[in-house]
Amino acid sequence: MSAVSTQQVNRLSGGLVDRGQPLSFRFDGQSYQGCSGDTLASALMANGVRLMGRSFKYHRPRGLLSAGSEEPNALVELRTGGRQEPNTRATVAELYDGLDARSQNRWPSLERDMMAINDRFANFLTAGFYYKTFMWPKAFWEKLYEPIIRKAAGLGRLTGDADPDAYDKGFLHCDLLVVGAGPAGLAAALTAGRAGARVILADEDFLLGGRLLSEAQPLADIAGADWAGQVQAELAVMGNVRILPRTTVFGAYDHGIYGAVERNADHVAAPDAGKPRQTLWRIYSKRAIIATGAIERPIAFENNDRPGIMLAGAVRSFANRWAATPASSVVIFANNDDAHQTARDLQAKGVDVPAVVDVRPDAPEIPGIELLAGAQIVETAGRLGLRSVTVRMANGKTRIIPCGALAMSGGWNPNLGLTCHQRGRPVWDGDLHAFVPGQDLPVGQHVAGAAMGAMSTDAALRSGAEQAGEALADLGFTVPAPELPKAEDAPVSLTPFWHVQGAKRAWLDFQNDVTVKDVKLAHQENFTAVEHLKRYTTLGMATDQGKTSNVGALAVMAELTGKSIPQTGTTIFRPPYTPVAMGALAGRAVGKDFHPTRLTPSHAWAEEQGAVFVEVGNWLRAQWFPKPGETHWRQSVDREVQQTRRSVGICDVTTLGKIDVQGADAAAFLNMMYANGFAKLPVGKVRYGLMLREDGVAYDDGTAARLAEDHFVVTTTTANAVLVYRNMEFVRQCLCPDMDVQLISTTEAWAQYAVAGPNARKLLQKIVDPEFDISNDAFPFMACGEITVCGGCRARLFRISFSGELAYEIAVPTRYGDALMREMMAAGEAFDVTPYGTEALGVMRIEKGHAAGNELNGTTTALNLGLGRMVSGKKDCIGNVLSRREGMNTDDALRLVGLKPVTPAQSLPAGGHLMAASGPVDAAHDQGYVTSAAYSPTLGTAIGLGFVKGGAERLGEQLRLVNPLEKQEMLVEIVSAHFVDPEGEKLRA
Amino acid sequence: MRYSALGLIKEALTGHKGWRPQWRDVAPQSHYDYVIIGGGGHGLATAYYLAKVFGAARIAVLEKGWIGGGNVGRNTTIIRSNYLLDGNEPFYEFSLKLWENLEQDLNYNAMVSQRGILNLVHTDAQRDAARRRGNAMILNGSDAELLDTDGVRAMYPFLNFYDARFPIKGGLLHRRGGTVRHDAVAWGYARGADMRGVDIIQNCEVTGLRIEGGKVQGVETSRGYIGAGKVGVSVAGNSSRVMALAGMRLPIESHVLQAFVSEGLKPFIPGVITYGAGHFYCSQSDKGGLVFGGDIDMYNSYAQRGNLPVVEDVVESGMSLIPALGRARLLRSWGGIMDMSMDGSPFIDRTDIEGLYFNGGWCYGGFKATPAAGYCFAHLLKTDRPHETATAYRLDRFMSGHMIDEKGQGAQPNLH
Amino acid sequence: MIINHPLLGPRDAQEFTYLGDAGLMNRPYWLSETALQQFHDYLYLRENPAGEHRELWFHEQGDRSWLVVTRNTVTHEILKVELARDVALAQKAANLVQEPSQ
Repeated sequence: MSAVSTQQVNRLSGGLVDRGQPLSFRFDGQSYQGCSGDTLASALMANGVRLMGRSFKYHRPRGLLSAGSEEPNALVELRTGGRQEPNTRATVAELYDGLDARSQNRWPSLERDMMAINDRFANFLTAGFYYKTFMWPKAFWEKLYEPIIRKAAGLGRLTGDADPDAYDKGFLHCDLLVVGAGPAGLAAALTAGRAGARVILADEDFLLGGRLLSEAQPLADIAGADWAGQVQAELAVMGNVRILPRTTVFGAYDHGIYGAVERNADHVAAPDAGKPRQTLWRIYSKRAIIATGAIERPIAFENNDRPGIMLAGAVRSFANRWAATPASSVVIFANNDDAHQTARDLQAKGVDVPAVVDVRPDAPEIPGIELLAGAQIVETAGRLGLRSVTVRMANGKTRIIPCGALAMSGGWNPNLGLTCHQRGRPVWDGDLHAFVPGQDLPVGQHVAGAAMGAMSTDAALRSGAEQAGEALADLGFTVPAPELPKAEDAPVSLTPFWHVQGAKRAWLDFQNDVTVKDVKLAHQENFTAVEHLKRYTTLGMATDQGKTSNVGALAVMAELTGKSIPQTGTTIFRPPYTPVAMGALAGRAVGKDFHPTRLTPSHAWAEEQGAVFVEVGNWLRAQWFPKPGETHWRQSVDREVQQTRRSVGICDVTTLGKIDVQGADAAAFLNMMYANGFAKLPVGKVRYGLMLREDGVAYDDGTAARLAEDHFVVTTTTANAVLVYRNMEFVRQCLCPDMDVQLISTTEAWAQYAVAGPNARKLLQKIVDPEFDISNDAFPFMACGEITVCGGCRARLFRISFSGELAYEIAVPTRYGDALMREMMAAGEAFDVTPYGTEALGVMRIEKGHAAGNELNGTTTALNLGLGRMVSGKKDCIGNVLSRREGMNTDDALRLVGLKPVTPAQSLPAGGHLMAASGPVDAAHDQGYVTSAAYSPTLGTAIGLGFVKGGAERLGEQLRLVNPLEKQEMLVEIVSAHFVDPEGEKLRA
Repeated sequence: MRYSALGLIKEALTGHKGWRPQWRDVAPQSHYDYVIIGGGGHGLATAYYLAKVFGAARIAVLEKGWIGGGNVGRNTTIIRSNYLLDGNEPFYEFSLKLWENLEQDLNYNAMVSQRGILNLVHTDAQRDAARRRGNAMILNGSDAELLDTDGVRAMYPFLNFYDARFPIKGGLLHRRGGTVRHDAVAWGYARGADMRGVDIIQNCEVTGLRIEGGKVQGVETSRGYIGAGKVGVSVAGNSSRVMALAGMRLPIESHVLQAFVSEGLKPFIPGVITYGAGHFYCSQSDKGGLVFGGDIDMYNSYAQRGNLPVVEDVVESGMSLIPALGRARLLRSWGGIMDMSMDGSPFIDRTDIEGLYFNGGWCYGGFKATPAAGYCFAHLLKTDRPHETATAYRLDRFMSGHMIDEKGQGAQPNLH
Repeated sequence: MIINHPLLGPRDAQEFTYLGDAGLMNRPYWLSETALQQFHDYLYLRENPAGEHRELWFHEQGDRSWLVVTRNTVTHEILKVELARDVALAQKAANLVQEPSQ
C-alpha cells in the first residue's frame, strides 16, 4: 500500500485485485500502475481516468458504460506494430505489465478531438441524413464527400503489418457444455460433473464466478467469490470436467456444435515462443446449458452519455470486485430495486452516494441514503467527465446534484444471444419486462439462470442444477441434486421506464450515436419495422451489436406506434456473440500453410537440379530446369523441347490422377463412364478416353489401360483427379449398384514418368529388365503391361504420348520414384537426356494439338474439341443424351483449331479474341478466342490453339486476333491444330 | 417530397418535422393491373421502372415481411460488369450504367461508389482466363485492365507478397465496379415507386395463385384475395416455393450464403478484392467495417444461417491473402438464401401460364443486377418481349442446350 | 452438422461432399422416346423443398460411401441416413418386379 495506492485515487478497499503485484501500463502515452486482477478498465478507473474514448458519429467524449464484454464506449488500440489490435474493449483487456493502449477515432488527442465539431452539427447529421444529400454535383460523391466520410468513419486502425502470432484450432467433445460460470453455470457444472458426465465449462472471464464476483452479498455464510473458488477447485480435479476460462462461446451451430475462442495469451504482452495467441475450439456437445447471465440496460435521458455515467451493476462490479470507483461521489438513477444494492455497496466502501433517484414514486427507502422517489434525471453537465446531474423531483422542482459519476439501471435483459443463433425468437416476459428465450431453442440447448429470467442468485443456482439434471437425464445419467447454499432471493421489482420524456439528445446506442430523436425520425419516415429501424439509424450495429441498446429502442418505437414491445418486434442475434479475432478463425491455415503442399517422389531430385516449381492445385511441379548460363525461362524451355524432340526427355507426371478399376464388369463400367467405348479394348492395350458430364459437356480426358480382362488403370488430368474418382463412385454405387466392379484411387501409390523422344525406347531398354521385350513389334503404340525394372522392381509401362514423340509412361510404386528418376537420368546420359517441366510439356502438347485444361474449360463439348465422333451412339454413357441438344450442335459451333501469326515473330496472347480480318471489333462480331499459346522452338514461330466458329471448315482463313486489354491486334491464320507430325509417324516409330 | 441540400438544412433548423414517410403503408386494393410478388430490390425496382419508364399504373408490390428484407438487405454490396459470356455481359453492363445514374434518377443517395474491383490471378491459366474475360468486357463496352504483380502491389501493398502459398501473379481490374449502400437501394426504389403511385404492401404473404383456363387471375394473400392482370414473381431464395403455387418446377436449388462484417476500422481497403486461390472477397464500407464473404455452405437450405466450417474457410482465405487481418475481429455474420440455378445464370422470362412472369435464379449475383433486372422484368411485363440485354435468360434454355455457364461447372448449383 | 454414417457412426459433415437431390439416382433410360425431356427433368428440375429432402452426400474424406441423407432444409435436422448403394439396389429390385420387360 505504498506508491501504487497513492496514485490510484479511486482505488477502494477489498476486492479481488492483488495489491502485492503492481503492474505498470500506459494509456495514451501516460504511465499508470494497476494491480494483478485488474482489467484495463478497472485500472484506469482506479487511477481516476474517466475519459476513455470517443463515439462513432458525433465524437462525443465517452467513458465506461459497463464492466463487461457488452462495452460500447471504452474501445482502445492495444499493443503496437503487427500486434496492434483495434477496438479492444478496455473492460475485457486483462492488465499485464507493460500494457500499452491508446484511445482511437480522435485527432489530435482524446481531450481535444477536432472531429467533435460533428456534435455541433448534430441537427444536420440525423439518422439517414446521408441518403438525402451529397448527390450534387454528381461527381462529388466519390471525389469529395465519400472520402471525407470514410476518413472520419471507422474506429481503430489496422497497421497493415502481418500478425506475427500463431493461432490454433481444436476439437472438443462433451456430454454437456456449460456456457458461463456464474452461479447458474457453476451449479450446472457441479451437478453434471458429480454425475460423471463429460463436462466443458467455459467462461469469457479470467475468473470463474460471473456475477458472484461482483456481489457483496454472501451465499449462506460464504462470500460468493469464495464459493465459486471452492466449486472450481472441486471441478478442477474431476477427470471428466474441463474448465475453459478466458473462453468465449461465440456461436451455436447445427447439431450441438458450438464455436468457442480461448484467449491463451491475451493476458500477457506476447505469447511464449511457439505458443498460440488464441485457440478456436469446435465443441461437439450432446447437450448445452446457456448460463450467460443478464445485461443491464441504460435509461435514455438528456446527455446520458457523459464519462462517468455508467450502468449500476457495472459500478457495483468495479467497486466490489476491482475495488475501484468512477468517482468519489456517485448518484444512482434507477427504476428497480437491484440498483439500490449498488448504492448500499458503494456506501459500505466509503463512496459518497448523495442520492438515489428512482422513477418509482413508491421506491423503497435505503437506510442512510437520500431517496428521491418519483424523480427523474433531466440533464447532466461536464464536458469530459460528469460534474453534476439535474433532477426533476416528484414535485416538479429541479435540483442539481454535483457528482462525478452516475450509476443508472433500467432493469436487466437476459443475455440470450446463443439461444437465437438458429433463428430462435425470444418472447416477452411481462413480469420481468424483458425478452426471455423462446421455446424454439437449438436442439439440445437448455437455458439457466438470469439468461432464462431466473434473476436472483438463489434462483440462478437452483435453475443451473435443475437444467443440468434435465439435460443429463435425457442422456441416461442418474443425477443427484447437489446441495447448494442459500443465496439472495429478492424478487425482481421494477417499473418499466425507458426514457425521460422531452429529452432532446438521449442516447440509446452509445457507440453509434443513436438517440431517441433518431428513433422518432425513423418512425416519422415509416422505418417502423425493427429491421428498418436498425438499418436506417444503425442502431445495434456497433461493435457491441446492440447488447445495451436494442430493447430500449424497441420500447421507444413501441411507444410511438402505440403497440406493445413484442408487437413491435423482437431482437434476435447472430453469431458471433462477441467479435472474434480473424486470426483465430484462420488458425494455422495461413501463409505457406494455407493449403497442404503435395510433392512428387522426385521433388527432392528436381530441387537438386535447380528446378523452378509451379503450383498446380496443391501440387508443386517442376516448371523448367534452368541450366547454367540460361538467363530467361524461354531458353530453358526451348532447350528442353528441342532436346526431347531430338533425343529424349523425362517428365514427372505423378500428379495425374490414377484410378484402379477391377471386377468382372470393369469394362462395362468404363463404357458408362467414358463417351467412347472400352468394352472391346484388348488386354495389354491403352485407349484415350473422353469423359462428359451428364449435361454433355466434356470435362476430363485421360487413358484407360487394360492390364487384365477384369483390371483397368485409368488416368485423369491432375486437376480432375478427385472429381473423376467421385463421379466414378457415384456411377458405381448409385447408378450401377449391381455391377461387379471395385475402385480405388492410386494417385499417391504410383510415381509416374513420361519418357519421350526418338531415343525413349533405347533409354528404357537400359532400365527395363531384359525379360520384357519393349521393341516396337512387341510393345507397339498404345501397348501397356506390367513389367519389372532395375532388377526386379515392379512397374507398369504404357506406350502413350502427349508430346507426339515416341513416348512411354512408366510407373513404379511411389517409394521407388526418386530412385527410378535417378536411374533413368543416369541411363539417359548417353542420349543427352533432359528432364523437362510443365512448360515444355505444355509447348509440346500445343505443338501436337492436344486439348488440356485451357480447352477443357467446362463449357466445351466433344464437338467443340473436334472429338464429336468419340461420343458413341451405340451405347449409353454419362452425358450421351444431353450432348445431343440442339443448342450444342449448331453448324457454327466453336471448333478447336490451330492458329499461327501471319508475322511469325509475334507472340500470341492466350485469351485474345478472334474477329474477321476486317470489319467491326466488338462482341457482336466475336468469332472465337485463343485458349493456349506458346512459342514453338520446333517450328520457330508462335503457335496457338483456339476455338473458332465453324473452325474446322475455315483452315487457311486469316482472322484478326484482338487483345484490347493490352492494346494488341494481329493477323493470324487458321491452321490444323496438329502442328507437329500430323500423321503420327513419330509416336508409332 | 424531393430531397435537396436546402431542404435538409431547412429541416435541420426546424426540428425535422417536415420529413414524410419514404413510402406509404397502404391496404391492398381488390385488383391491380400488375402485382409484383416480392418487395426486395428486384421487385421494387420492377415496380419503379414499370411506373416510370413503361408508363404502367395500378401496380402493387406484395411483401411477406418488410421491404428490402431479402438478399438486398443481406449481401456484400458489390456492383460490377465483369462477366465473360455474351448472354450475361451486355445485361450487367446495362445494369452498371443504370447504377451510375441511379442516385440522380431516384433522388436518393444509395452511395454508389465505383471503387474498382480487382480479381487476383495466381496461375498462368488464370491469367489467360482473365485476359479472355477482360477482352470480352471491353468488347461489350465495359472496362478492364490487366495488372501484373507490381501493379497489384502498388494498389494493395498489404497483400501477401512474401510467403503466399499461391503467389499473386496479377489481377484483372475493373475500375467501374464498386459498392453500394445496399439497404438504400431498396428504400430508394420503394420511395421512387411510391411517389409514382405504386402500392407497397408489407406483411402480405402470397399463399396461392389463382389460375383459370391457363391464365393467372390474381393472388391469394394473408390479407385476402387480390386480382391481377399480370403477376411478376421476384422472390429469389424462395422461387421454388412460390412457383410451386403455380405447379411449376424450376431449375433452381435454394442454398445459404454467409457474409461477414468486421468491426469498424479506419480506411484500410480502398476497393474490392477477390482472391483467386480461395473463397474470399472483401471491401470496406463507408462506416469502416470490412465486408467479406466466400463460398456458399454447399447444401440445400432455407435456414438463413450458416455453419462454422465455411466461416473458417473464408477467414483462412482472407488471412492468407491479407496477413494483417489477424488482429481485426469478425463482428457479425448472416446467411441469406440464394436461388442457385443450374448454370449459374438467372431467368427473366414468361411462363406457360398466361400473365405469370418469373424473375429469379440469381445465385449470389442478384444485387448488382437490381437495376437492370427491374428494368428488364418491367419491360417483359409490359411488352411481353424480353429486353434486348436479357434475351438469354429463358427458362427453357436447358431443354434447348443454351446454357450460360460462366464458371463451366455444369448442372451443379452449389458450384456456381 | 453431423451425419450419422451407417457404417462409421457420427461424422462431421465437413468430411463429406454434397451433391444434392437423391433423385439423381433415378437416371432415365437413354433410348426412351422421350429421353431428352426425361434427362432434362432428371438433371435440371430437382427437388428443392423447404422441409424434408432426400439428398446425396459423398464421404470423400472417409470411406467413399455415397449416402442418402434425409434432412430438413429448414431446421437442418437429419432424419435418416442410408447407404446409397443399398437404396439403389432396393430400387432396382423394385423396378424389376414392376417392369420385368426392361
